[in-house]
Amino acid sequence: MADAAHAVAAGTPPELQHHFTDLEHQREASTLGMWVFLVTEVLFFGGMFTAYVVYRSTYRPAFEGASNLLDIRLGTINTAVLLLSSLTMALAVRAAAQGRKKLIVFFLSSTILLGAVFLGIKVVEYSQKFAHHEVPGPHFVVPEGLPRQAEMFFSLYFCMTGLHALHMIIGVGLLSWLIARARRGDFSVRYSTPVDLVGLYWHFVDIVWIFLFPLLYLLGRHTL
Amino acid sequence: MSTNAVSAPGARVARRVNYLNARHGVRSWLLTVDHKRIAILYLIGVTFFFVVGGLYASLIRLELLTPKGDVFLSETYNKLFTGHGVMMVFFFMIPGIPGVLGNFLIPLMVGARDVAFPKLNLLSWYLFAIGGLTALWAVVHGGLDTGWTFYTPYSTVYSNGWVVVTAVGVFISGFSSILTGLNFLVTIHTMRAPGMTWMRMPLFCWGMYATAIIQILGTPVIAITLLLVAAERLFHLGVFDPAQGGDPVLFQHLFWFYSHPAVYIMILPALSVISELVTAFARKPIFGYKFIAASSVAIAALSFLVWGHHMFVSGQSVYAGLVFSILSFMVAIPSAIKVFNWTATLYKSAVSYQTPLLYALGFIGLFTFGGLTGLMLAALGLDIHVHDTYFIVAHFHYIMVGGTIMAYLGGLHYWWPKISGKLYPEMWSRVSAWVIFIGFNLTFFPQFILGYLGMPRRYHAYPDEFQVLNVMSTAGASILGLGYLIPLVYFFWSMRYGKDAADNPWGATGLEWQTPSPPPTENFAETPVVTGRPYDYTTIPEEVRVG
Repeated sequence: MADAAHAVAAGTPPELQHHFTDLEHQREASTLGMWVFLVTEVLFFGGMFTAYVVYRSTYRPAFEGASNLLDIRLGTINTAVLLLSSLTMALAVRAAAQGRKKLIVFFLSSTILLGAVFLGIKVVEYSQKFAHHEVPGPHFVVPEGLPRQAEMFFSLYFCMTGLHALHMIIGVGLLSWLIARARRGDFSVRYSTPVDLVGLYWHFVDIVWIFLFPLLYLLGRHTL
Repeated sequence: MSTNAVSAPGARVARRVNYLNARHGVRSWLLTVDHKRIAILYLIGVTFFFVVGGLYASLIRLELLTPKGDVFLSETYNKLFTGHGVMMVFFFMIPGIPGVLGNFLIPLMVGARDVAFPKLNLLSWYLFAIGGLTALWAVVHGGLDTGWTFYTPYSTVYSNGWVVVTAVGVFISGFSSILTGLNFLVTIHTMRAPGMTWMRMPLFCWGMYATAIIQILGTPVIAITLLLVAAERLFHLGVFDPAQGGDPVLFQHLFWFYSHPAVYIMILPALSVISELVTAFARKPIFGYKFIAASSVAIAALSFLVWGHHMFVSGQSVYAGLVFSILSFMVAIPSAIKVFNWTATLYKSAVSYQTPLLYALGFIGLFTFGGLTGLMLAALGLDIHVHDTYFIVAHFHYIMVGGTIMAYLGGLHYWWPKISGKLYPEMWSRVSAWVIFIGFNLTFFPQFILGYLGMPRRYHAYPDEFQVLNVMSTAGASILGLGYLIPLVYFFWSMRYGKDAADNPWGATGLEWQTPSPPPTENFAETPVVTGRPYDYTTIPEEVRVG
């Protein structure tokens, strides 16, 4: 803002935007904004979850059979990786609240690393699906012994996990931005809202996976 | 930025510094984060898309002048009504009142300096503009013929039009709508001035709050639905494709889960504008403030429970149809509460028949008519009779055009002195209100009869016996178009030649009238403190009129 210099002279913290009364007011508004945004995300994914529930109940054998074709080992590892990333994210939020710069950078970097591992494993899983002609479309081959609606399962699998992965990629971008800001010394005991908010976002993306994993990998699985 | 207004009484003292003249140049507009300037950007944007949508409408009415399909091929005609629907619904009706009046007024009404997230607000406008231009590009470069509803499997498998590009446009501007709703909701929650309790808040803000809830909860669902349609066209994913076991009815469920509440995104802001106008020109506290406020929220809640009434003939189960029918009837309750309370406010009051009130009275009549015919459509048996006929077309145009656009224009007249600092010409504005009212009824009333007689919608040819009513409708549309042109001209005219407006030309209550016209960038020199209930016309703030 143009009047930032003026504001500092008057004893107002530089992080305070001109239309808020104080930092607490600003934090309250930003946090509510993030929660509302996450509500919209729930509805966004909700459309696909609805489609999944409808088709799963209609085409149960196809869905259960196709579910068995997913790599449960990689899926489980990914779940663990993602949960761990939520832990490092929570620790980053705590470090930010304490204003410990090096610690913030460390935990944010660990979160990025774990996120990257998750995405890497997802790439491996996707490429297996391509190799086995299990990607819906002209090259799809109905797996042996399964009803043809197995294709629907994979349609939903790619839509849901793909959109989840897109959210992860956006999350990694946000984390990188936070690291740059933390290095610059933007966060202190007084002001760490951006870290809190990205933290909320990251946990949300994590929770989406917590629903995706059992729905796609576990339900109706007969043997390992 | 905010310090300018205080510290700049330099060269020309006579000219008060306000949000319009505080900074100059195109950049100062395109990069502004001032909610009032963003409102002006929306005003330009939605007016543009309204004109585009209106041109499509005039081509449709031209074709329907004669029974034979003699002006356009049926394929072209399909593209025309699709273009009309897409432009009007997504880029005029939905962003219209929230974008223009909501942006301008909410911070002023709650006594804040800006919305909670000013930069996000600007981003919303850009998303709206980019989305609108994307869809416009598609509609101009050959268009699409699916109707604005994108029904599958036609839209995914058979249609040759620019379905994906249009869907992308709608998707992008959907995020504009989501972010606007988010911004308004957080603003109303956290930015109210000291003493502005929920029950002291203007009813316009209550209506916009209810609208924001719908935008937040509904819009993401249409976003994912359009994404799935695009994925189906591009990558042959088969979520709605019967060939792969997909269910087109699921598309309709997801589509209407948003698109019915979207009707309330379009009408709730209009209802809340009318609440402001009625009480201001009745010069009397509004009757049943709490009921009107609560009815807005009730409409928002019910709006999510009635989508199935669009699908009575789509193969949804009879029992679902029954439930959706009953729930749809229930929407009449909060809607009627509003109409009765407005009427009670006007009853035995010193009504001053100025232009905004003329629009408001027109609104009340047309909205009631549209609402009552809506009840006929909520009835299962009758709906099957008139489904996909001009009866439906007439019904929703009574709500959308007779309702929302009347309220939008009424509100624009009412707040124009505040927005521009100028008065519009009173005589011409009254003429335009009447021309619009007459033109509207002549356009759409015959369509009720046409529909009831069985003329289906979305055809470019019709049997000879329907011609008289169609000619009436087209004649009405010409008058209506003229009616819309008049305000467009004199609003522009008034910006240069209009008389300077007083700070509170109507002698109205509300914080927006206690700041100069037009307001300074920071809205209020000092944060106002609210001490009483709204619409307290027992003590008209005479001193504010002097300014």
